[in-house]
Amino acid sequence: MIPSQVNFHKPNSLSEALDLLSGNQDAKLLAGGHSLIPLMKLRLNEPDSVISIGNLAELRGISDSDGSFKIGAGTTHSEIAMHQGLRQVLPVITQAAASIGDIQVRNFGTIGGSIAHADPAADWPGALLASGATLDLASQSGQRKVAASDFFQGFFSTALNGDEIITAIIIPKPPAGTRSGYLKFAQPASRFAIVGCAALVSGDPIAEIAVAFNGVSDTPFRDAGVEGALKGKTLSEEVIAKAASMAADGRDILSDHHASSAYRHHLARIYAKRTLNSLM
Amino acid sequence: MKKNSKKSHAEGHSKGLSRRGFLRGAGLTTAGTVVFTTGVQAFEAHTQPAKGTSFGPGSIGIEMKVNGRMQSLTVEPRTTLATALRDHLSLTGTKVVCDRGSCSACTVFIDGKPVNACITMALDVGDREVITIEGIARNGELHPVQEAFIEHDASQCGYCTPGMVMSCVHLLENEENPSLEDVKAATRGNLCRCGTYPHVFKATLSAAEKMK
Ligand SMILES: Cc1cc2nc3c(=O)[nH]c(=O)nc-3n(C[C@H](O)[C@H](O)[C@H](O)COP(=O)(O)OP(=O)(O)OC[C@H]3O[C@@H](n4cnc5c(N)ncnc54)[C@H](O)[C@@H]3O)c2cc1C
Ligand code: FES
Ligand code: FES
Repeated sequence: MIPSQVNFHKPNSLSEALDLLSGNQDAKLLAGGHSLIPLMKLRLNEPDSVISIGNLAELRGISDSDGSFKIGAGTTHSEIAMHQGLRQVLPVITQAAASIGDIQVRNFGTIGGSIAHADPAADWPGALLASGATLDLASQSGQRKVAASDFFQGFFSTALNGDEIITAIIIPKPPAGTRSGYLKFAQPASRFAIVGCAALVSGDPIAEIAVAFNGVSDTPFRDAGVEGALKGKTLSEEVIAKAASMAADGRDILSDHHASSAYRHHLARIYAKRTLNSLM
Repeated sequence: MKKNSKKSHAEGHSKGLSRRGFLRGAGLTTAGTVVFTTGVQAFEAHTQPAKGTSFGPGSIGIEMKVNGRMQSLTVEPRTTLATALRDHLSLTGTKVVCDRGSCSACTVFIDGKPVNACITMALDVGDREVITIEGIARNGELHPVQEAFIEHDASQCGYCTPGMVMSCVHLLENEENPSLEDVKAATRGNLCRCGTYPHVFKATLSAAEKMK
């Protein structure tokens, strides 16, 4: 499979990339290319040109400040999975990163590319919603911040405008003693999530709780029902079982050749239980 | 030298002048240490461009470090690394099976890390070094992983084998004492239609012993 002919731009800086993007509506950003290139080969996407941003230093790396972690949008899944600081403070993030695809995919695919693509089966959205992440977006006309909870808007659709680049993902450090994790039921070949559940818990009795799902619906979501059943309680198998039994209730649940909506609903309950049990 | 892809590439339809054409003049310059050239003006310009560089949709000359040697090749921007290696450099050890990132048959190392060459653009390699299966044997001697694959009959039709070997070599370069679970994780992306997995696992564990 050979993609259509395409022009290739290699900007030297973010501002050059933004100029190129705003001047060409038919251009596509190319980060790791691990979602875009397969689509170009299938001719489902035939951009006039690609703007390669995978190697832009401004978009790469993880910095650790007092209150938060800042992950450059061009940072690979592997780099995130192996980051010691994140692993200690926010294992939900490193576990989500490590669960993506296989080593080859993690070594080239980027967090920015994944969230811009917004595949409902992607692993990042649940972890980013649960950890209260904010996205830094830049365009020629300036910068803005969008909460992860406002960013994902449906099946492959987001709050990103055509002339914007995601530059970084900001994740606040949770209160000391917060436990977090991400578990998923993976499609056996691609490892994409059929259902993924991310959770953060702190306090005993629980003061702060976040439980989020990806793969279940066309849009990732935090589950207020499960969270409400846990807040103020002490984590125990019984408490978790009861809360997890409400998982994804009232949601529009996806159905496809991988899993019917009834099966996905069942998996959401199971993975809520497993993820929360792993935090006891 | 086989040049199949050149033919198929040439058959691609031309889109005529793009709106970005005006930037193409900047293309005779470098990005990192990789040299982008056009046609006959091969590998001359080494200055950093003031502006970003733009190429295509026609062919351009690039240099790429592959298995320790600088190679010059002419590719279109849409050319993947797998096509560049196989059809332009005749390094056909790297196999293309699914052609969309799912099976890891096309695994090569970029700066020591295993990646899927079939969904990586040749132009994106930049100044990083590519190692293919042809670069794994040293001085005519097979790598212990390759020896062990032969000894343990870890290959049937052989189509997944180069990718499997790359994944296992990478594991052993980073882990002296791998467990069975480590080998399984390292080859998680490598699909083998012939079902050689148990032999691959045994071969890799025995190579790890021999490499100690
Ligand atoms: C075999 C295989 C298995 C996979 N398994 C999983 C899995 O288990 N879980 C999972 O979550 N994902 C999985 N993926 C997807 C993988 O994580 C991709 O890397 C990711 O979805 C896209 O990242 P990328 O950097 O490759 O983006 P690209 O393919 O380069 O880009 C994707 C889209 O995002 C846009 N874009 C890229 N960067 C930015 C930016 N900074 N700002 C704005 N827009 C941008 C592009 O224009 C394009 O539209 C898999 C992919 C493959 C090939
Ligand atoms: S051929 Fe590249 S992953 Fe299958
Ligand atoms: S040996 Fe035939 S696909 Fe693996």
